[in-house]
Amino acid sequence: MAEVQRVGEVIEASTTGFTAQCYELYQMPPLGSMVKTGDSSAELYGIVCNAATTSLEPGRRPIARGKDEDSEEAIYRSSPQLAKLLRSEFEALVVGHREGDRLYQRLPPQPARIHGFVYQCPPDEVKDFGKSFDFLNIILNAHLPVPTEELVAASLRRMSQAHDDQRAFLVAAGKELAILLSGNLNQLNAILGRIKL
Amino acid sequence: MTERLGIVVSGSLNKGVEVRLDSSASIEDMAVGRFVTIEGEKRRFFGMITDVSLGVTDQRLSLTPPDVSDPFIAEVLAGTSTFGTLHVSPSLVIGGDAAAILEGPQPVKTIPSHFSAVKLSTQEDVELVFGTEDEKRFFIGNPLDMEVKLCLNLEELVKRSNGIFGKSGTGKTFLTRILLIGMLQKSRAVNLVFDMHNEYGWAGTREGGPPVKGLKQLFSSRVAVFTLDEENSRHRGVSTDGVVRIGYDEIEPDDIALLRQTLNLTDLAVEAVHQLFRRFGRNWIQDTLDLKGAEELPEGLSIHEGTLLNLQRGLATIRRLPFIEPHSPDNAVKAILEHLDRGTNVVLEFGRYRDITAYILVANMLSRRIYAQYQSRMEKASAAAKESLKPRPLVITIEEAHKFLNPEVAGQTIFGTIAREMRKYNVTLLVIDQRPSGIDSEVMSQMGTKITCLLDNDRDIDSVLAGVSGRNELKSVLAKLAAKQQALIFGHAVPMPVAFQPREYGSAQSYRDFVPQKDAEEDIEKLWD
Repeated sequence: MAEVQRVGEVIEASTTGFTAQCYELYQMPPLGSMVKTGDSSAELYGIVCNAATTSLEPGRRPIARGKDEDSEEAIYRSSPQLAKLLRSEFEALVVGHREGDRLYQRLPPQPARIHGFVYQCPPDEVKDFGKSFDFLNIILNAHLPVPTEELVAASLRRMSQAHDDQRAFLVAAGKELAILLSGNLNQLNAILGRIKL
Repeated sequence: MTERLGIVVSGSLNKGVEVRLDSSASIEDMAVGRFVTIEGEKRRFFGMITDVSLGVTDQRLSLTPPDVSDPFIAEVLAGTSTFGTLHVSPSLVIGGDAAAILEGPQPVKTIPSHFSAVKLSTQEDVELVFGTEDEKRFFIGNPLDMEVKLCLNLEELVKRSNGIFGKSGTGKTFLTRILLIGMLQKSRAVNLVFDMHNEYGWAGTREGGPPVKGLKQLFSSRVAVFTLDEENSRHRGVSTDGVVRIGYDEIEPDDIALLRQTLNLTDLAVEAVHQLFRRFGRNWIQDTLDLKGAEELPEGLSIHEGTLLNLQRGLATIRRLPFIEPHSPDNAVKAILEHLDRGTNVVLEFGRYRDITAYILVANMLSRRIYAQYQSRMEKASAAAKESLKPRPLVITIEEAHKFLNPEVAGQTIFGTIAREMRKYNVTLLVIDQRPSGIDSEVMSQMGTKITCLLDNDRDIDSVLAGVSGRNELKSVLAKLAAKQQALIFGHAVPMPVAFQPREYGSAQSYRDFVPQKDAEEDIEKLWD
């Protein structure tokens, strides 16, 4: 198996999603990218649906520090503690799980475990996951912190990069969406406008 | 592997089924009249596309169309939010079990279940339904957009009167030639063709091309050409087998009644004809024309002066026809019958006399006498209960049929009788016409098989399709036929209606296809003798 990149650790989990904190500040995976957590017997697949960088202590807001500095990097250089006082975290929407060899695009029986490691999915796995579009229905029906159209479009764009024929993948996904959203033309148009190459 | 077109989504037996097209099938490749197969759960259905339409899942899509200049959006929407639908009327069904396959396709009594796959028919499907070329079946053309031979059972065809319709220039004549060749090769029937425009005997015309060969050139031993106009035939280099002359004394009152319209006779004049015939006998035409006025009429005949003048004017028109003689020495009917009995097809050319008066008069007179002969022979044969005594089936081909078979005269002409009595006396009609609405509806309803090229007059279309099941669907197919070389066939001799493109006629290759090679070689050998 190819080297998989570890991007964080679960700090909050529910059946529909989990939140993970990144080990390094600002090292969160991009919106719409696929991540996974769990062990080899049962893996959960998530799509990054939100990310944030906040102060470590909820009541303590960062203050502006760059008045006398030349560049943004200089701020961090002169205040090295910042990297420890701030944290980056991201939320992932659970869109499927793997049990043994079988991949299911539906909610898992158990949520993710706290402190589970979160990995970026390698392209082969993304491609494998993209063989079915059942996960689109999960995204469309989820309560999301970002607009649904944006997340659907971002995840499809990301996923298409793992495919050799990006266009064919996007057309197939578009057709699936056209069926799912047959009663909601505006949403369909919004998504199609965002995924076209 | 045949291409799947789509799936059945709704429908009824009466109205046919709706088929939603797959996104891979382009609606622009569909065409009404195409032959399709529906794979039901237990049975296979055969039908024809009778309408093509567009659908959207969301009405707003048609109100605010998406940006289709973007090929991506267009491709995504095609087949999902926007889709094509086909209307298919199933006509035949074949069951899946062995017994049903042996039995062959049957008329539909049900429709395929939801989401049955619809495919374009394959060669096997067409052959299953229409059969393959054999000693009875004749290759008449290809179903629309298919490279499969559509075969027609000629033996079955000639059992009924048939019609070929289409407005002028749509290829009726070519189609007729093909059918005549078919009958000549594949059926026992002989043909008597009243060839008004000299198209069938020796050579025929072709729009914007060299003349095409007639029957005599292709099958010289089995076709005899008679002519009314010897001089004209000679000019055209036609070798004729006989000249038809008609004597005044052969014309009977019924013949005049038929010409009432063309000769502009009054009803009273037609009545008077019967009186005059009774009084003067066979020579009545000459005697009537000799009368100087009503006062010269023999005792007991009460004919008004005006009526007599009207009649005399009409009879003078007949007398002016060059092939009419006071007394004809040879018996044309007998000569023609001899040929027919030998199994030789007879084409009667009219030469320059394309006048409708001449055509009606001659066709009616000859047919009546020939029919009378057939009638008496059939009656003798059935009295003796001997199949061998029965005369060969005869097909009489007439053009401009609405002149013979319009509601006013259909009751009087022999053609009306033949059409109604069907094959009782082994005589049937092949009617060629461009105004089927002019033909008596009773006669139309008796026609077994109808082949129609493009018709655009609503009344004509209605009259051709009267009494046919699924006529509304066929109507849309018929109205959309190409102006040339496409036809729709339905009725007795075909298991289901089908639109087709008649086979080629006129090229050297086509002649070779029609005439079996052996005969062609013989012909060439004859040239050297």
